[in-house]
Amino acid sequence: MVARLPTSALNRKLLRDLWHMRSQALAIALVVAAGVAMYVAYLSNFDSLQRTLTSYYNDQRFADVFISLKRAPERLTDRIRSIEGVEVADTRVVVGVTLDVPGMDEPASGQLVSVPVNARPVLNNVFLRRGRWPDPGRSGEVIASEAFSTAHGLEPGAELAAIINGRRRQLHIVGIGLSPEYIYSIPPGEMFPDDRRHGVFWMEHRALAAAYDMEAGFNHISLTLTPGAQEREVIDLVDQLLTPYGGLGAIPRAQQFSAWTIANELRQLQTFGFVVPLIFLGVATFILNIALTRALALQRPQVAALKALGYANHHLAWHYLKWAITIALVGGLVGVAAGAWLGTGMLSLYSQYFRFPTLTYHLSPSVIGGALLISLISAVLGARSAIARAVRIPPAEAMRPEAPVRYRRSVLERVGFSERLRPTARIVLRTMERQPVRTATSVLGIALAGAVLFVGFVFIDAMTALIDTEFQQRMRQDVTVTFAEPRSARALHDLEHLPGVMRVEATRTVPVRLRAGHRTRTLAITGLSYTTTLNRIVDQTGRPHAIPPEGLLLSSILAEVLGVRAGDKITVEVLEGARPVVISRIAALVDDSMGLQAYMDIDRLRRLMREGGALSGAYLQVDEAMVTDLQTRLKLIPAVAGVALTNSMRDSFREIMAENLNLQIIINVVFAGIIACGVVYNAARISLSERSRELASLRVLGFTRKEISLILLGELGIVTALSLPVGSLIGYGLARMVVESLTSEVYRIPLVWQPSTIAWGWIVVTIAAALSALVVRRRLDQLDLVTVLKTRE
Amino acid sequence: MGEVVVHALRGVDFELFPGEIVVLLGPSGSGKSTLLNILGGLDVPTKGRVIYRDHNLTEAGEATLTSYRREHVGFVFQFYNLIPSLTARENVALVTDISESPMTAERALDMVGLSKRLDHFPAQLSGGEQQRVAIARAIAKQPGVLLCDEPTGALDITTGVVVLDAIARVNQELGTSTVLITHNAAIAGMADRVVRLADGRVASVERNAHKTPVNELRW
Repeated sequence: MVARLPTSALNRKLLRDLWHMRSQALAIALVVAAGVAMYVAYLSNFDSLQRTLTSYYNDQRFADVFISLKRAPERLTDRIRSIEGVEVADTRVVVGVTLDVPGMDEPASGQLVSVPVNARPVLNNVFLRRGRWPDPGRSGEVIASEAFSTAHGLEPGAELAAIINGRRRQLHIVGIGLSPEYIYSIPPGEMFPDDRRHGVFWMEHRALAAAYDMEAGFNHISLTLTPGAQEREVIDLVDQLLTPYGGLGAIPRAQQFSAWTIANELRQLQTFGFVVPLIFLGVATFILNIALTRALALQRPQVAALKALGYANHHLAWHYLKWAITIALVGGLVGVAAGAWLGTGMLSLYSQYFRFPTLTYHLSPSVIGGALLISLISAVLGARSAIARAVRIPPAEAMRPEAPVRYRRSVLERVGFSERLRPTARIVLRTMERQPVRTATSVLGIALAGAVLFVGFVFIDAMTALIDTEFQQRMRQDVTVTFAEPRSARALHDLEHLPGVMRVEATRTVPVRLRAGHRTRTLAITGLSYTTTLNRIVDQTGRPHAIPPEGLLLSSILAEVLGVRAGDKITVEVLEGARPVVISRIAALVDDSMGLQAYMDIDRLRRLMREGGALSGAYLQVDEAMVTDLQTRLKLIPAVAGVALTNSMRDSFREIMAENLNLQIIINVVFAGIIACGVVYNAARISLSERSRELASLRVLGFTRKEISLILLGELGIVTALSLPVGSLIGYGLARMVVESLTSEVYRIPLVWQPSTIAWGWIVVTIAAALSALVVRRRLDQLDLVTVLKTRE
Repeated sequence: MGEVVVHALRGVDFELFPGEIVVLLGPSGSGKSTLLNILGGLDVPTKGRVIYRDHNLTEAGEATLTSYRREHVGFVFQFYNLIPSLTARENVALVTDISESPMTAERALDMVGLSKRLDHFPAQLSGGEQQRVAIARAIAKQPGVLLCDEPTGALDITTGVVVLDAIARVNQELGTSTVLITHNAAIAGMADRVVRLADGRVASVERNAHKTPVNELRW
């Protein structure tokens, strides 16, 4: 026998049924669309960034390994090239300088990178946006980084001053450029990018080398590795070779600051691209299930008739599954379009802190395919149980109406409230109580909308808390001064006598490689005084942690990276001075917000380095009125490599965050609104179709529209009210999930919330519910009293 | 294709006098339901006039019709249309709560012989009992007009007679003008007047010289 598919009559029924429930179907499709849009937006951004990154790295020959050192003779290069696994080695001079930018009071910090003049760099090539390459013999010519130039409106032809090895020099900008090494860059010793106060400049090699007495030498080397080379082995050999020359430890690309930051961001995008859509599609699946279950209950007689006509269970199952699939596909397509639009906007936000020659939005077929696939999966998951239940009934049973629901007095009445309840209120209460599963699913559905909102809003609180922790609790200094080289105790004394300085606290940072078993990290240990009051160590909640008298205090995330716990011992290989190697105990961990930190008591650190009162920088508390004077003086001190003002750091951080958060909030409010409307509208429409007979009877008995609206909307009101606290609870759980997925080596967000956050969430959900209720209320006014009463239940 | 205008009723001149029982007889499509809907304030005619005592319902708006139903009309439907989540007493109370001078729900239910089933939910009552609750609900407001649309259509003869008996008793005790729609000619015996409708027109009006007691009706 040839199996025949159901005729097209059944398909026509499908279309008409869908048309009949079009507004409900649309509401569900929109929730699917919201989830798909998130998926597409995040993953297309991931994809676009990843593609741009790969081609940028390849085109500009971004190196695989980076090593900073004190100074080495040029002839060493050949020995490095001869190491097995090294493909290309390129040497440079890279130095940090203080800049004096016209029209800017505060000093800015600059990174000067040497480039050959007759050829392009072999590795880490500069992408020249406009202007030209520096001319040989014109020593002051530079290519300025695009971010810095844009922030100051500098164009080729502009000039600025730099303190180069103690001498003030004029830099002539001849070109504007970008490099894969500095896609993301921050001022030295700081946490956040600030394009105004930090720039990268590429300068003729000979001129820069001469200024630092490195004519036949270099202080930075970049390598690419041959395919299949063992990165770890190469790094070990290179480090051995460079140790006598003050090598600061080879860093693989994965830990190069810019590459590391972007890789972390990409990982986050990818996680986000799964976690957030998962939440939305979970909700969509859920509402689809409720809507279909109830819609199919109304189709009982039709199912029976079709079965009696000879349609098999699987024909009917497929028929009803097509309902769900159609809804999901419509949602999926709308979601792909919305996600592409949203993704374009998000990507332009990225181009504010990630600097690429071009960052073009790319929506790949695999992202679109994935989006449609997940919408289909959510449709099938949502529809499965509803359909199975509907088609499994034997035809004879399906012919009969569903057994009447047995009502009884509600709990409130049984505990003695019955006197005060009007019959209409009793209808509401008893209906809700008799169908606890249905009531619970409605509550849960709306609660999920509240939960999504909570997650969105909680980010504002978290960011506010992060800013408070970083700038109010941790950085209590007004100014942070970083020296180019460690200075003697005298420098502290000199700082104390600068105008407006009220208090100075020294800090010593020492480059080290921490080693725990086979895991290593190259970073700096920060030495702080036990009595520090300015730059403190605080955890995510803002609680200060004291420097342990002995041993190391590590960021919890660093301990995780190294696979160690408090109390464990790790090897500290100092990469400066006499390069001692010691075993140090991890005294404690701090669950902090930014980066990978390692702290030590400053005196212990100095003893380890066998030095007196050396300092690498200092934290200053300053008389506010004297800040400008102080800045002018600091700009002129050659030893100073960087000056950071806590207030301007905070302002620029806030500015970046504000733009990001505004987009985030808008997306969340819109999407949560869609969910809330979708759930409430569906619940209301279903109640309306199930109870139209009852409501029409009441209208005929003389009840006004307002009175019967109260019965229908009263139930929605109670369900919405119940959902609010539930939503906040679920939201808290989801926020935990999201915050955990956001945890990266670059930063960690604390999970904190304000009562106002909950209030806002509740208000938005209530408004969305009220709007959907109003729409349903209008339908109630069109109730056809006569027809309803003529038909049997 | 344009819509086709169908006249459910054409040139019907119909009067209902205080206290009488009128049975409206006619086959399906004869217009009896439309007439009942107009009498009950569920619908207004496109042409012609509808007067209830001193109210002109001809061009009444939604609010006027609602208050007319609320104050003056009692409805009984073929399929009872009780609220399943409310007990018999509460179903009646639905109406007594919104009327100006209702009798108590208990009295209304007593009149239809259900004083022992006050706190039962519809699902716990038989069809005839449910219909009697519906009658109690309709008459509890002491309406001027009681309109019954095929009240026994879904019931067997024994139960049907009990329901009709309740209607007749209410009519007698309260003097409510009652209109009863049916296609069952046997029921015409209990009427003061029998109006036959056919094709949207009044075909005949007969006055019963001798009303048949309800318990003697047979079909």
